[in-house]
Amino acid sequence: MAKQYVSTTINGEPTEFLCETQQTMLDVLRDVIGLTGAKEGCASGDCGACSIQVDGRLVCSCLMLGVEAEGTSITTVEGVAQGDKLHPVQQKFLEHAALQCGFCTPGLIVAAKALLEENPNPTETEARYWLAGNLCRCTGYDKIIRAVMDAAAVMRGEAA
Amino acid sequence: MPTVVLSSGSSMQALTGGQTEFEVEATTFRRLVLELEQRFPGLGKQVEEGMAVAIDGEIFQDAYGVELRPGSEIVLIPKIGGG
Amino acid sequence: MNYIDSNLKVVGTRPLRPDGVDKVTGRAMYSADTRAAGMLWGKILRSPHAHARIVKIDTSKAAALPGVKAIVTGADFPDIPNEEAFVGEGPMNFRDLARNVIARDKVLYEGHAVAAVAATSSAIAEEAAALIDVTYDILPHVIDVEAAMADNAPILHEDMFTVGVDPKPTKPSNIAKVIRFKKGDIDAGFAAADVVFEGRYTTQPVHQAYIEPHACLATANADGQVTIFASSQGHFMIRAYVAKLLAMDMSNIRVNPAEIGGGFGGKTLIYIEPVAVRLSQKSGKPVKIQMTREEVFRGTGPTSGAVVEVKLGAKKDGTIVAASQVLKFQAGAFQGSPVGPGAMCGFALYDIENIDVLGYDVVSNRPKVAAYRAPGAPITSFGVESALDDLAAKLGMCPLSLRVKNAAKNGTKTHYGPTHANIGFEQVLAVAAKHPHWTSPLKAGHGRGIACGFWFNIGGESTATVHINEDGSVTVATGSPDIGGSRASMGMMVAEVLGIPVDKVRTTIADTASIGFTHLTGGSRVTFATGMAATQAAERVVGELKKRAAMIWEISPDAVEWKDGAAYPAGTNAGQFEPLDLATLALRAARTGGPVNAEVSVNAQGAGAGFGAHICDVSVDKETGHVTIERYTAIQDVGKAIHPSYVEGQIQGGATQGIGWALNEEYIYNDKGQLENPGFLDYRCPVASDVPMIEAVLVEVPNPRHPFGVRGVGEVPIVPPMAAIANAIKGATSIRMPDLPMSPPRLRAAIDKAG
Repeated sequence: MAKQYVSTTINGEPTEFLCETQQTMLDVLRDVIGLTGAKEGCASGDCGACSIQVDGRLVCSCLMLGVEAEGTSITTVEGVAQGDKLHPVQQKFLEHAALQCGFCTPGLIVAAKALLEENPNPTETEARYWLAGNLCRCTGYDKIIRAVMDAAAVMRGEAA
Repeated sequence: MPTVVLSSGSSMQALTGGQTEFEVEATTFRRLVLELEQRFPGLGKQVEEGMAVAIDGEIFQDAYGVELRPGSEIVLIPKIGGG
Repeated sequence: MNYIDSNLKVVGTRPLRPDGVDKVTGRAMYSADTRAAGMLWGKILRSPHAHARIVKIDTSKAAALPGVKAIVTGADFPDIPNEEAFVGEGPMNFRDLARNVIARDKVLYEGHAVAAVAATSSAIAEEAAALIDVTYDILPHVIDVEAAMADNAPILHEDMFTVGVDPKPTKPSNIAKVIRFKKGDIDAGFAAADVVFEGRYTTQPVHQAYIEPHACLATANADGQVTIFASSQGHFMIRAYVAKLLAMDMSNIRVNPAEIGGGFGGKTLIYIEPVAVRLSQKSGKPVKIQMTREEVFRGTGPTSGAVVEVKLGAKKDGTIVAASQVLKFQAGAFQGSPVGPGAMCGFALYDIENIDVLGYDVVSNRPKVAAYRAPGAPITSFGVESALDDLAAKLGMCPLSLRVKNAAKNGTKTHYGPTHANIGFEQVLAVAAKHPHWTSPLKAGHGRGIACGFWFNIGGESTATVHINEDGSVTVATGSPDIGGSRASMGMMVAEVLGIPVDKVRTTIADTASIGFTHLTGGSRVTFATGMAATQAAERVVGELKKRAAMIWEISPDAVEWKDGAAYPAGTNAGQFEPLDLATLALRAARTGGPVNAEVSVNAQGAGAGFGAHICDVSVDKETGHVTIERYTAIQDVGKAIHPSYVEGQIQGGATQGIGWALNEEYIYNDKGQLENPGFLDYRCPVASDVPMIEAVLVEVPNPRHPFGVRGVGEVPIVPPMAAIANAIKGATSIRMPDLPMSPPRLRAAIDKAG
C-alpha cells in the first residue's frame, strides 16, 4: 500500500513526511521524523508519556494517526524550550527535582505547558486533575505539582 | 572455636542431618566455608552460592577475608537482594 | 576518611542534577530511542494459554512472509543443565531464567514467550508472529497460591520436590521450598501472654509499573562480538546473563547503558536481550525489540501475591512476648518468590523474645515474579503492622506507644541472625510522636493510621573513576545506572572531597567495556556502595595531587595539605608557598608524572538498615467505597541525605506506590488463567489527583560504615503504606480490611456487610 504524504508544522518548522495510513502520530514522530522526546508508555492513551500539542490542544500522540497532522501545528517537548532558553516549566522541574527517571517528564512538560496556557492561575486541585492523564511512577507527584505551581507564578510575573 | 548457627530453615538442615548449631575450627570465613563443605558435603557450596552471613551480628554478603574470633557467632542467612 | 561530623559545603545542598536538561528537553536517550542502519524489528510470540505442552511449532508461513529475516524458538537457545543453574552473583537460577526468556517444552503462563521474529518493519514482524503456528496441548492451570499448594493441584514442574521438608518428598509439588526462622521458645511465649491477637491477610500480585516498557537494540557481528543498547538496573547484569544464556564469553558482549525509565526491581533481570541477540546473529542485522505495555503485564514479573497469617502475644503492659507468622508467597511460573526477605523483615523492627516464622515459596501459572522495591517486606509488614494495630486496640494502648515499647534498638538480636547496630528506629518513632500530623486533632469523619517498615539495604561491588581533566574540571564515571538522580549525588561527594564547586564535576555512566564491574542499581545500594567507591577514588586523587604539589615545592608530600580545592603547605615549617589550586596542578600533570585519576573498586560491606514510620489520614465515601488520602507523612532514617531533594523523592515515590498497592492495584484473571487488565486503564496506578502532597521527614542517624554516613533510602518507603492506610480506614469506619487491594467495590461490600 502506498504511503501517505503529509504536510504539517512541527515546533514551528514546516515539515513533510511519508507514513503508513495506520501509523500513529507517536510512531511517526519517533520512527519517521526522529523526534524521540515523546515516549511510548502504553500506546492506549492511558499514561500521557506521548503528550503533544496539536494547534495548542493537549493530545496523546498515540491516539492520533500521523495523517491527521495534515495542516496542523504540532508542538512536542523538543519545541518547548526557545533555543537554549528553558521554558519556566522546564526550569522549575529542575529546581524542584520534579523528575527521577525522567521518562514521564517530556509528556508532563507538554501537559503542564498546555495547562498554563489554558489556565495561568490554577489551584493545586486544578493542576492535579489536569495532570491526572500523565502517569508518574517515581515521584509521587508532590514535586511535580510544586514545580508547576511555581512555574505558573513565574509566568504571571509573581516570582522568579 | 567459632560457632555456626543455621538460621535459614530446614533446607540447610537436610545437609547437616538436622543439626542447627555446631562449632567449627576456622579463623577466616574462607576457612570456615571449606570446613563446612568437608563436614557436610554440599553445605559449603550452598553457603557460597546463595547465602549471606552475619558474623557477630554484622551482615556480610561475600566475605572470604573476614576474620573470625574464637568466640565468633556466625549465622547463615539467605542472600539479600533488593528491588 | 570520615566526613560525618565535618562542615560540609556541597553534600546536603540541592544543586541541579547534571543530566537534568537532557531530560526536560526530550534529549535523553532511553532504551527505545536509538536506531541503527539496516535495523530490523523483533516481535515476540507469546502463549495464549496459562499452562500447556508445546506439541509443535510451524514457522513456515511466517518465514515465507516478505520482509521476515529471522525466526527463533526455544530450540535456538542452549540448554542450561541443572548443575550450572547457579553461577556468579546472587541467587538467580539461570536454568529457570533461560526457560522464562523463551519456553522449551511447556508454557507456564499466559504471556510466556514461545518464538520471535525479526523483520524489516514492526508491522511485518507483528504479522509474521501471528503466522507462527503453535500446536498446544492445554493442561489444567492453577493461579491462586493456596490452590497451588493443595494436594490435587496441577503440577507445573515434574522435577520440583519441596526443599526443606523432612523426609524428602517423592511426589512433585508446586511448593518449591519451605523456610523457617526461629528465636526463643514460641509456645512458652504464647503461654505467657496475657493477650493474643491473630489475623489472616492476603495481598495480590502488583506490578512495578515502570512507565518505560522493556526495549533493547542488539547487534551481533560475524566475529561473535555483540553490542547491546538497553536500559536496565545493571548493564553488567545484562552482560553476565546474556553470556550465560547464550554460552558466550563476557568480553564479546558490550552493553551500553541507556537512560532507564523506572525499574523498581523489575529491571534487575532480562527478558528480551538474548532473543534480540539470537535474532541478530541469525539475520546478520541489528535487531530492536520493544515490549508493548500489554506484553509488560502479560510477560514480566510482578511481585508475589500472598497469604500472611500473623499471631501476636503480649503482656498487659504491652510487651510483645511471642510473634509468629505463616507466609505463603506466589513465585509465578518458576521458584524464587521473596518469601525469604519477607520472613526476615516483618518482625525485624521489634525486640521480641520468641519468634517463629514459617514460609512457603509456591509456583503457579502466572508470570515469574521479579523483585519489587524491598521485595517481600511490604507484604509481611501489611500483616504485621495491621495486627499490631488491632493488638494495641485489644490492649487499650496507643498504636505508636505499642511500637515504641517494643522497638528494636542497637544490640537487639533479630530472629534471622544479625544484631542491629547503628539503627535509627527509636529516633524515627520519637519524631513521629512529636510530629504535628500525629498530634493534630483528627477531622470529623477521618481516620488516622500509623505503620512502620524496615529494609536491610545492601552494599556490594561497585567501581568508580575520578579523572582530573587538563583544565582542572573533573569527570566522574561509575558503573551504576541512574534511576533516581544518583549521578547528582556521586558528583556531590566527589566535589566535597576535592573541595571544589559541584558544577565543576560531571558524572557519567560508563559501559561494560569502559569501567570495572559494578553490581546492580537496586537494593538501595548506589549512594552507599558506588558513593563509597567514588569517595575513595576522589581521596586517592587528593593524595596524588598532594604528591604533585610536593614535587613542585620540593617538599615531602606529608607536608602538604589539601583544602578547598587547593594544595597548601601544612604549617609554616613546610615553607612559604602560594597555594596551588586544582586547575594549576592539572595543567602541570604531565610534567609532574602524568594524568591524575583514580579508579576504585569496592565490595562494600556495612550497609546500614533503614526504618520508616508513616502516618496517614483518610476519609471514606460510604456510598462508593472510595478512599481519599487526606494527609500523608513519611518519616524515615536516611543516614545522611547527600542531595535531600532526591531522598525526599524516593520517599514520596515509594509511599505513592504503596498507596496504589493498598487501594487499587491487582491482576484480574479469567477462568482460563488469562489476564483481563493488562493496561494502565484497568490496572490502576495512582495519578496526580489521587494523592495529596506527601511530607517526607528526613531523620539523619549516620551510618558509620560509610564516609558520609549514607544509608540506603529507596526501598523502605514502600513498606509501611498499606497497613498505614488499612489502619486509617479502620479508624474511619471501624472496619478491618485484611485483603488487598482495599478498592471501592471491596470496601463498599465490607461497609454493607458491617451494616
